Amino acid sequence: MLELQNIYFERENRKILNDINLKIDTNKFIAITGPNGSGKSTLVKIIMGIEKPDSGKIIFQGKDITELSIEKKANLGISFAFQQPVKFKGMTVFDLLRIASKKEITKKEACEILSQVGLCAREYVDREVNGSLSGGELKRIEIATVAIRQTKLTIFDEPEAGIDLWSFNNLIEIFENMREIVKGTTLIISHQERILEIADEIILMKNGKIEKIETSEEFLKNNVSKQCCKKIKTK
Amino acid sequence: MENNNIQKIDENLLDNITDYKEIRKGAYNIRKNGKGIERKVTENTNIITKKDVSGIDIYVKENTKFEIIHIPVIITESGLKDVVYNDFHIGKNSNVIIIAGCGIHNDHHKNSQHDGIHRFYLEEGAKVKYIEKHYGEGIGDGKRILNPVTEVYLKKGSSLEMDSAQIKGVDSTIRETKGALEADTNFVVSEKIMTNGTQTAKTIFDVKLNGENASTHVTSRSVAGDKSKQEFVSKIYGNEKCFAHSECDAIIKDEAIVTATPEITANNVDANLIHEAAIGKIAGEQITKLMTLGLTEKQAEDEIINGFLR
Repeated sequence: MLELQNIYFERENRKILNDINLKIDTNKFIAITGPNGSGKSTLVKIIMGIEKPDSGKIIFQGKDITELSIEKKANLGISFAFQQPVKFKGMTVFDLLRIASKKEITKKEACEILSQVGLCAREYVDREVNGSLSGGELKRIEIATVAIRQTKLTIFDEPEAGIDLWSFNNLIEIFENMREIVKGTTLIISHQERILEIADEIILMKNGKIEKIETSEEFLKNNVSKQCCKKIKTK
Repeated sequence: MENNNIQKIDENLLDNITDYKEIRKGAYNIRKNGKGIERKVTENTNIITKKDVSGIDIYVKENTKFEIIHIPVIITESGLKDVVYNDFHIGKNSNVIIIAGCGIHNDHHKNSQHDGIHRFYLEEGAKVKYIEKHYGEGIGDGKRILNPVTEVYLKKGSSLEMDSAQIKGVDSTIRETKGALEADTNFVVSEKIMTNGTQTAKTIFDVKLNGENASTHVTSRSVAGDKSKQEFVSKIYGNEKCFAHSECDAIIKDEAIVTATPEITANNVDANLIHEAAIGKIAGEQITKLMTLGLTEKQAEDEIINGFLR
């Protein structure tokens, strides 16, 4: 359903992505991991259209989408959850969910999706998405805006960052739901063992290249001891 | 022959500054082209025409609860300069909503202007919610000019909350809002302004906190587009143990110019005064986020501005 062909992206004489080739099937849960600066975030931004590759092709469901704008890609069925959620003065949580769902939704529907991300819905639905919300709350709202879209491809850029353990458990549930209901593919940048554990495949990136692609089992057996991923602290 | 009845064009103007169907439910006074054309008083709210100057006195009896009073002004005559003095006398422990505003329709080349001077005298313990909306329309090149003055005098324990909005069609405006606050009073102002083309808008707040535990919160949110100009001046004087927070937040676009001049003066060691001012364009990351939800750049900008000015 998604294919990247010979993707290059270079800035300030540094090859951030150096000939990336990748094929991802439908209904897969794929994790991307690797050290900081290995090109993970740039790669997913290129898929969404937030960054444009210097060369190479992106094929999504058989269509070349390399040159398409962000919103065209979004409307074709790609969603993107930001690592750092964006704040808006004046716009409410309900506004964002309404825009995300692309139809008129009721407060009740908005509340349902907020409950899924572990927010007590009635308290949040009319709140402004501004600095009065904590980092964790903003993160959960960000995830809700993506979950409500139910697209064929959903990308998460480090969804666990800034999220507490309780929400983390909800997060795993959301991924599982998305897989079951939408039958879409999830592409997720993560360092967390719990997320890597539930992945079908794990892509390890290093220095702008894909070093290897392994199943979750293979990867965790070979790499946990090398501190490629972090264990979630449990109480 | 001048028509003093409400016509379709008037209904539209009235609908843009308030909900037209609601006007006649309580006390009201409709002023059109410089003259009062319709009025209703109630048991608790009396409206009397001023003798010395153009305008009305509105008297609300003490202990009046939850009445809604409409005082809209409409101008459809090009070239008219209308000045009106409306004084609101709100009795002790009353709690009322006052909805005012001005709509101008100008299809011709002469300037149409309305200067409304609204003074609020609140007796002890009175509460007022004051909603004021300004709106302009019409295809003429004559300018639509609105210069409202609002003066608020709060006696002990009273409070006034003012919501003003000027979102569309006003070419030039100078808005002055003054407040003199006695002890235990609260004055909250929330202003929304949007300008485009070559429109200009100047807002001046002047609030004096004269009594112990007086407080004020002034919020101005504005969007300036094209070649429009906006100026925000806020002067707050803390003369007693008091609290004040003023906040100016502007989105700037295109070749617009926005100036914010905050001035806070503490004349008492227990005065706690805060001013915040921020001017900037729409953050690129906000547009990007909404585009990832499927909006075009223009749709994203509109959503951000609508939310900001809500």
